[in-house]
Amino acid sequence: MVRTALLLLLVVTAPAAAVLPAEQLADPVKEARARAISRDLRCVQCQNQSIDDSDAPIAHDLRVILRERISAGATDAEAQDYIVRRYGSYVLLKPPLEAATLPLWLGPAAIVGLGAVAAFVTIARRRETTPTPLTPAETARVDTLLDP
Amino acid sequence: MSAEIGHFALLLAFAVAVAQFAVPLIGASRGDPALMAFGRAAAGVHGGLILLSFLCLMAAFAGPDFSVALVAEHSHSTQPLIYRLGATWGNHEGSMLLWVLILSTFGALIAGTDSGMRESLRARVLGIQGGIGALFLAFIIFTSNPFKRLFPAPIEGSELNPLLQDPGLILHPPLLYVGYVGFSVAFAFAAAALIEGRADAHWARAVRPWVLLAWTALTAGIAAGSHWAYYTLGWGGWWFWDPVENASLMPWLVGTALLHSVSVLERRGALISWTLLLAILAFTLSLIGTFLVRSGVLTSVHAFAVDPARGIFILGMVVGQTGIAFALFAWRAPHMRSGALFGAVSRESGLVANNILLASAAATVFLGTFYPVLLDVTGGDKVSVGPPYYVITFAPIMAALLLVLAAGPMLRWRRDNWAHLWTRVRRPALVAAIAALVTVLVAGVGKLPVVAGFALAAWVLAGAVAILVHRWRLGSGEGSLVRRLRATPPSVYGLVLGHLGMGILAAGVTAASAFSTDRVATMRPGQSVAIGGVTARLDSVAPVQGPNYQAVRANFTLIHGDHARLIASERRFYPVSGTRTTAAGITDGVFGNTYVAIGDPGDGAPDGALVVRLYDHPLVGWIWAGPMLMALGGLFSLTDRRHRIGAPVRMAATSSSALMPVPA
Repeated sequence: MVRTALLLLLVVTAPAAAVLPAEQLADPVKEARARAISRDLRCVQCQNQSIDDSDAPIAHDLRVILRERISAGATDAEAQDYIVRRYGSYVLLKPPLEAATLPLWLGPAAIVGLGAVAAFVTIARRRETTPTPLTPAETARVDTLLDP
Repeated sequence: MSAEIGHFALLLAFAVAVAQFAVPLIGASRGDPALMAFGRAAAGVHGGLILLSFLCLMAAFAGPDFSVALVAEHSHSTQPLIYRLGATWGNHEGSMLLWVLILSTFGALIAGTDSGMRESLRARVLGIQGGIGALFLAFIIFTSNPFKRLFPAPIEGSELNPLLQDPGLILHPPLLYVGYVGFSVAFAFAAAALIEGRADAHWARAVRPWVLLAWTALTAGIAAGSHWAYYTLGWGGWWFWDPVENASLMPWLVGTALLHSVSVLERRGALISWTLLLAILAFTLSLIGTFLVRSGVLTSVHAFAVDPARGIFILGMVVGQTGIAFALFAWRAPHMRSGALFGAVSRESGLVANNILLASAAATVFLGTFYPVLLDVTGGDKVSVGPPYYVITFAPIMAALLLVLAAGPMLRWRRDNWAHLWTRVRRPALVAAIAALVTVLVAGVGKLPVVAGFALAAWVLAGAVAILVHRWRLGSGEGSLVRRLRATPPSVYGLVLGHLGMGILAAGVTAASAFSTDRVATMRPGQSVAIGGVTARLDSVAPVQGPNYQAVRANFTLIHGDHARLIASERRFYPVSGTRTTAAGITDGVFGNTYVAIGDPGDGAPDGALVVRLYDHPLVGWIWAGPMLMALGGLFSLTDRRHRIGAPVRMAATSSSALMPVPA
């Protein structure tokens, strides 16, 4: 019921869609920057929706604040930091790399690496158990035994 | 009256399931044929009783009989019949009943078909199935009774959530459940093998159709859900990395690994314990999926029923069931026959790589889903794990998988060498290089992920075609082509379709992620907006009356060169529940969709105007066409004599040429 369940959420949070025409910046370059940043910021009231996708009031407010920052000349990083300072790193859909999130970021590579090493060792060790080929002398002896 | 019959049948089914659990397991360990035969009879009765119970619930919904609490909560007399029937599983209690219906139907099929399976193996499988059934039935009876009556009965019910009143409800949940529950059969087989202390080609042949069936249904179910979300949610998203979605992706990834490792076990007698472990894991992850959705542990508003008692019951079941299974595995697996040997460069090694990558991908999704919960519970910071995380971690693993995917079927079983592999993959590699070059020319060098995405998609597609070219010996001129086509077993077509589907999916995901564009505009009738090379003109806005909703319909003309197409986009209002939904206007095209969604009149727009969202989604249809092709491949493989459910098991696998692809 994955999807049916997902839909239930959206009934609550998304009667219409997100960015409204009135919110948009006149400068298409700045608007594109704002869209890109807002795609990676979580709507804190919603489940797993970015503020770009959500039409919750808080998402609307954050979109407006973000665009105000960008209009005021902030860089992308500055505009994002402005919101992170107020709402915590919880709003970042891409979790920051820090001690607590190390397992999260290194886990996938570690698992692939461990799996590869384990498979390699297993296959290599198994190969050693295959019998070594007979020496020519042994072959000759087998031949004489089998075919006297 | 029917509710009471249904409830009574459910209680009887519970008693039968307990007997089905105990008796055949004892019978198998004593070698008593009568007790083992009891298991088959019990599985049949178990299946029949639950079918009766399910039909009783369906009848109550069809009525609709509002004296049944569940019907009153999820049905309304104006709701179309098809959605009253669909509402049977569009809620927590009914969906759990569907779960046990599928479980017991599978049990009855195992019991009733003459599959040539060892009686002791069949008895143990049925016993374990009975145990799982008994647990779920206890869960339903004690925490989620679907037949509870209301007194006094209300005259009218409250309707099913309007978003669920969609053909998606008829397809998506049952398919997903066939997948989840199908893995329970694989789980039962694995546990039976561990108890018996043997898993051989006979075992693999018996379990393989079930893995195929589960995988096919899960593939189709996930794709159906993704498409459903695409057209109903109003902004054209097709995957959100939501915990509840991840819950279905994890069993799919592990199930795909299982599908491939079972074939190694069947053909070559290798990877025995690993296959058993995957079978246990696939079902564990399915259970965790159920747990995630039902318990609200991730405070998912998605869940129909957020009830701690239910959550704790399911958690207990997950922990208990998998704990026992893993303990059994740790105890018995080391004593099982170790598998056949194979070289470092061989088909087996390729499939080991496939398994490592798929298992790592599943582990990554698991980490992304549960690590934030773990951090939160242990008092750490609250972190969010969203799409950017998966793009960085999950996507490269899948890219590596695609790299292996095309080469794997070209490898010989047991022992091969790089030089031979190179002669086989030369042509697909050339195709991939051309695709990369074209992408660079069109999109620029800067977009490495896009270049890699298209190159890999081309590599996989060309690799799949190369298998057919080799199988059919095109250009060799020996024998008639028709004969060679007919001599190719269905499972080879299954493999080719599955791999083609994966290539198409990869191309679709790459294109839709990289090149989608969108616009938001305030429009009045007569005005036009350009989107993705198309001009969309709003022609008219009119009210429309549906069976149980009122809608505002906006009619658009999409002009592309000298072609014009009409599409309509609606906002619907369901007065009973006061809910609004979107029915987007979409042009389903081979090369991409134009997607138009409208806002509510007066919402964010001045009088007489509408907020209109327009999207251009290149190749987005490939995202669902690919999985549908994969599922079709699964069906092809199922028709293969060797894999048919209930087909007589032939002991001697037909001798095969070195390059016979693993039917998957």
